[in-house]
Amino acid sequence: MIQEKIVTLHVNGKEVKIIAPAHRTLLEALRHEGFVEIKCGCEKGDCGACAVMMDDRPVDSCLTLAWHAEGCEVTTIKGLGTPEKPDPLQLAFIETGGAQCGYCTPGMITAARALLNDNPNPSLAEIKRGLSGNLCRCTGYTRIFEAVQLAARNMREEREEV
Amino acid sequence: MLPPFELSQPTTLPEALSALAAGDGQPYAGGTILVPDLRGGREKCRRFISLAGLEELRFIGHDDEGTTLGACTTIADIAKDPEMAIAAPALAAAADVFAGAMVRSVATIGGNICCGSPSADMVPALLTLGAEVTLSNSEGKRKIPLSAFYADYKKSVLKPGELLTAVSWKPLRQSASHLFFKLARRKGDAITVTGVSVMMAANDGKCSKVRIALGSVAPTVFRASQAEDMLRGRALTAELIEKAAKAAADQCSPIDDSRASAAYRLQTAQALVRRQLTQAWHQASSV
Repeated sequence: MIQEKIVTLHVNGKEVKIIAPAHRTLLEALRHEGFVEIKCGCEKGDCGACAVMMDDRPVDSCLTLAWHAEGCEVTTIKGLGTPEKPDPLQLAFIETGGAQCGYCTPGMITAARALLNDNPNPSLAEIKRGLSGNLCRCTGYTRIFEAVQLAARNMREEREEV
Repeated sequence: MLPPFELSQPTTLPEALSALAAGDGQPYAGGTILVPDLRGGREKCRRFISLAGLEELRFIGHDDEGTTLGACTTIADIAKDPEMAIAAPALAAAADVFAGAMVRSVATIGGNICCGSPSADMVPALLTLGAEVTLSNSEGKRKIPLSAFYADYKKSVLKPGELLTAVSWKPLRQSASHLFFKLARRKGDAITVTGVSVMMAANDGKCSKVRIALGSVAPTVFRASQAEDMLRGRALTAELIEKAAKAAADQCSPIDDSRASAAYRLQTAQALVRRQLTQAWHQASSV
C-alpha cells in the first residue's frame, strides 16, 4: 500500500492542491498540473532543464520530491516574467539570441536569475560557474553568457537611474 | 518515474533518530545522489526518513574552538558563508567547484560524507582539516575522526540506527595554508578525476604540520600518511617534495573508468600533490 497525501503547492503565487505519493517528483507534479514550461531533460540533476526557484534557491525539480516543496514558494520561468512584464534576463536572451531551440532556456534563465540575485555584477567566470549545472546543445553558450552580462548591465543601469 | 517508496517526515532530530532506531528506513537528505540511484535501479531501499524538516541540523558555527557544520548544511550554505574562506579555505574552494548551482542548493555536507564516494569533493578538505564527525543515535552520540569513518568503497563505520549529525574541526593555525584542487573533464558540474587537498603549517623554517588527502584515486578518500611522515619536521626542498609526491602516488589504487584511466590518475595524483605541496610550503613558510 503506497501512501499518498494531499500536498499544497504554491506556484507562481497560485495555490495548487495535488494528491501525490512520496515518489512523485516536483517536475512530474508540476507538468501534470499544466506547468509545462518546466522541461524534463536528463532526470539526473545534470542538465538543469527542469530548474525552478524554491523560495530563494534554484533547484532541479527532477531531484525534488513534491512532498518536500510543500510550504515553499515555487517559481517557474512564467513566474519570473510574462510577455507583458518580462524579466530583464528574458529580454536579454531575446536580444542576444541566447535562446535557440528553447528547451534549456527556462532552466537557464532560472539559474541566471538565482545568480544575479546573489551577485548583481558577476564576472564571466562567475557566470560560467553559476550556469555550470545547465546544459545547452544549440548555442555554444557564448550568447547565453552575453545575455546574462547584458541583463546584469541593464539592471544596474536601471537601479542607478532610480 | 521513480519506483514507489515510503517516506516519513520527522520534524525534530529525536523523532528522526527513533524512526532510524525502529528501522523505518534510510536517511533521505538532499536526494541528489539518491534520486538518480533510485531511478537507475542502483538503490534498492524503499523506505526513507526525510531529514528535510530538521532545521536544527542546518547550521554553521564558528568560534574559538573551531567550526561545526550541521549535517544538513547545504553546499551552497558553505559556499556563501563569508567566514569559510578563513576557517577552511580548501573547503570553501571545494564548495565552489561542487556540481552545479541547483545541486549545491540542496546537496548536504552530511550526504556528501555519508555517500562514501571516493569522488565526494568535500571530503579531502575535511580530512586535511583533521575533522571529526558526530554520530548520533537515540541513546546518545559519539565523535570519531573522519579519517576513521570509511571502512571501504561506499562503506562506513556507521552502525544501524546511527546518523551523522555534524562535522567539526579545530581552528587552522593562522599562517597555515589549506588548498584543494579538483581535476575533472571540465571546470564545472563534473565528477572528479583526481582531487587533492593539502594543509600545511611551518615553524622556524620547517614544516611543522602537514596533512595530504586524495580523492577519486582509491576506494575511499584517504590521507597520504607516508608522504606526510616524510615532510613533518623538515625544511622542504623540491627534491623532498618530489619524493613525498611519489609516496602519495604509491599509496593510490585507482581504477580505469569512463572519466580517466588508472595510469592517468596516478600521474596526475603525483603532479597535483607536488604542485600543492610546493604552493603550500611557499605560503606557509613565507608568513
